Amino acid sequence: MKAETILDWPTLSRTRPIRGRLVDAGLRRLAGRGAALVAGGLLTGLFLMVGQLDWSVALAGLCGLAGWAALWPAAAGADGGPVKIAAGRAADAPAATAEAADRSATWRAMLAGLADASIVMDGEGMVIAANAAARDWFPASSGRHISQLTRSPELLTAVDRALATGRAQACRTRMVVPVERQVAGLITPLARPPHADGVPVLLLVLRDLTEQERLARMRADFVANASHELRTPLASLKGFVETLQGAAKDDPAARERFLDIMQQQAARMSRLIDDLLSLSRIEMREHVPPQSVIELGGIVAETCRALEPLAREARTSLSFASPTGRMMVLGDRDELLQLGQNLIQNAIKYGKPDGHVSVGLHKQGNRIALSVADDGIGISPEHLPRLTERFYRVSAKDSRERGGTGLGLAIVKHIVNRHNGELNIVSRTAEGSTFTVLLPSLADPGEIEQPLS
Amino acid sequence: MEGHTVKSYDVELQELDRRIAQMGGLVEKILAEASEALQRRDPRLGAIAIAQDAGIDRLERQLQERAVNMLARRQPMADDLRHVMIVLKIAGDLERIGDLAKNIAKRANAISEESHPKPLMIGFRHMTELAMRQLKDVLDAFSVRDAELALAIWRSDAKLDTLFNSVFRELLTYMMEDPRQIGLCTHLLFGAKNIERIGDHTTNIAENVYYLVTGQVLGGDRPKRDDTSGVWALPPASD
Repeated sequence: MKAETILDWPTLSRTRPIRGRLVDAGLRRLAGRGAALVAGGLLTGLFLMVGQLDWSVALAGLCGLAGWAALWPAAAGADGGPVKIAAGRAADAPAATAEAADRSATWRAMLAGLADASIVMDGEGMVIAANAAARDWFPASSGRHISQLTRSPELLTAVDRALATGRAQACRTRMVVPVERQVAGLITPLARPPHADGVPVLLLVLRDLTEQERLARMRADFVANASHELRTPLASLKGFVETLQGAAKDDPAARERFLDIMQQQAARMSRLIDDLLSLSRIEMREHVPPQSVIELGGIVAETCRALEPLAREARTSLSFASPTGRMMVLGDRDELLQLGQNLIQNAIKYGKPDGHVSVGLHKQGNRIALSVADDGIGISPEHLPRLTERFYRVSAKDSRERGGTGLGLAIVKHIVNRHNGELNIVSRTAEGSTFTVLLPSLADPGEIEQPLS
Repeated sequence: MEGHTVKSYDVELQELDRRIAQMGGLVEKILAEASEALQRRDPRLGAIAIAQDAGIDRLERQLQERAVNMLARRQPMADDLRHVMIVLKIAGDLERIGDLAKNIAKRANAISEESHPKPLMIGFRHMTELAMRQLKDVLDAFSVRDAELALAIWRSDAKLDTLFNSVFRELLTYMMEDPRQIGLCTHLLFGAKNIERIGDHTTNIAENVYYLVTGQVLGGDRPKRDDTSGVWALPPASD
């Protein structure tokens, strides 16, 4: 990172003109010396009158006194601050300003090194310096007051409080336009009053919490949804258990029926927990590209065979046209199996009775396309962008009846992401849907020294 | 922001500007909260917004005192006089905007129990976002004395009016389709009108900022597009 030029603001007084300050400094000096001169003069006069002093000695003495008054540098004044308007302080001025310049360079360098947006203000709230991150947020911070950069009541109140109490202040604020942002501000006092203008007094550091808040909210939402999904079948189970313990204790027909339903509910919970664990596992590995060489044809064929019973039960015919040639990809066998299973299962579930599900696998450019097409109820366009959202349902009742967990497509999406692929969904209401997964095909499997999985 | 005991003219004028910024920030916050209370149907958010309106009134009173004080003591001329007068006018407009925002929050509380049809709320949200953006822009324009920005805001008042027209029509349709929605829709109608009024006050501020910076008055007819006063009951859909 190359060295940063911090914007440098003039540190002249804003309340009194320069001339005023010079006059002040001069007057202070003169006042002291004037008093000394007068005293010396009076004493000399006294001695002269009493006859103890010679005229020439008296004159020399007075000249010496006058010379001292005019030329000797003054004792340190009350002026604070790194920049002194030093009229008549020729002797010690270079040392003082050099030290001040050093300090200034140090804190400016520190400001440049802060990652969060940071601003240094003087005792009036005027911006003295701003680092690059702060200039991203407030492009025109040059020579402005903090209230010209932001009007957030929380921030401005915190600045006031910090100036009044000299203690650090923390605050949170929300900016809504142009972009919604959650911001945390920390204000640290740097110097004690009184301050001349231009002296760094406050450091304001702003941290953007938006992403953090968004993720936290997403996580909380997910946990809430998952709990709800589990609680529903659990409540149903508890209800039936109570009924069997009480009212239906001696009713074998009711017992049969209820036990059946309880079994279904337990199975539903079990599926949901399986899916949750799957999703969690896949997410953890999502950023690690898979390394095994996989022949997709075999995987899809295996999945179709496994789902035959389900298809028969749903009175749906399931067909898979075996591809010509080998469809090779780099992938994770278990995950690809699950992907195929979820897609085909969905097609069967949401297909119409006596319907048809056709699975295809073919090359498409330098990718391999796995397509699952059904002729079922279809999905209307407004739902399409949200299908892969966790627990999103087009129709909650429908999904429940068909035993869905709400996570199937979310799992598919994460697997596709991990495999650097693409998922396309095409659908027409009452006509059916086609889900296509595109995966980068492996150019030359011969190059990779691995046994086929 | 206090600090000096001997105030020069410049400092006093600056202080007025900073108070406007302070007031503006509070008004922006209340508007954002009221809008969110409406979207989220959260009466607690509404209550917070309503409570803060008192703060705006107090700030306006303090600002008025300072300004009048300045006029009496300094008897400013020309630019400085214009500055003080404009600050007073802007404070007045901001106070009105705060009040309107508070009313929106009250409406939010009134309808928090009922369910809001999604398409309706989307139109509403667009209106509020536009109004908030304009308010932020006009306060920025005052803060840095940007006449161009003020002019652009003045010109864009029509956008908010157009949005209001469409929300108005949509609400009428809802009410005619389902009389059970009349209560909800009437509240939303008032709320939408409030937002349109906020836009008008923002345009006022823009005119004042332009005048402050350039000394010119923005010409007579502001571009207005609110034609809802010509809309009566819409004809029923043809069968």
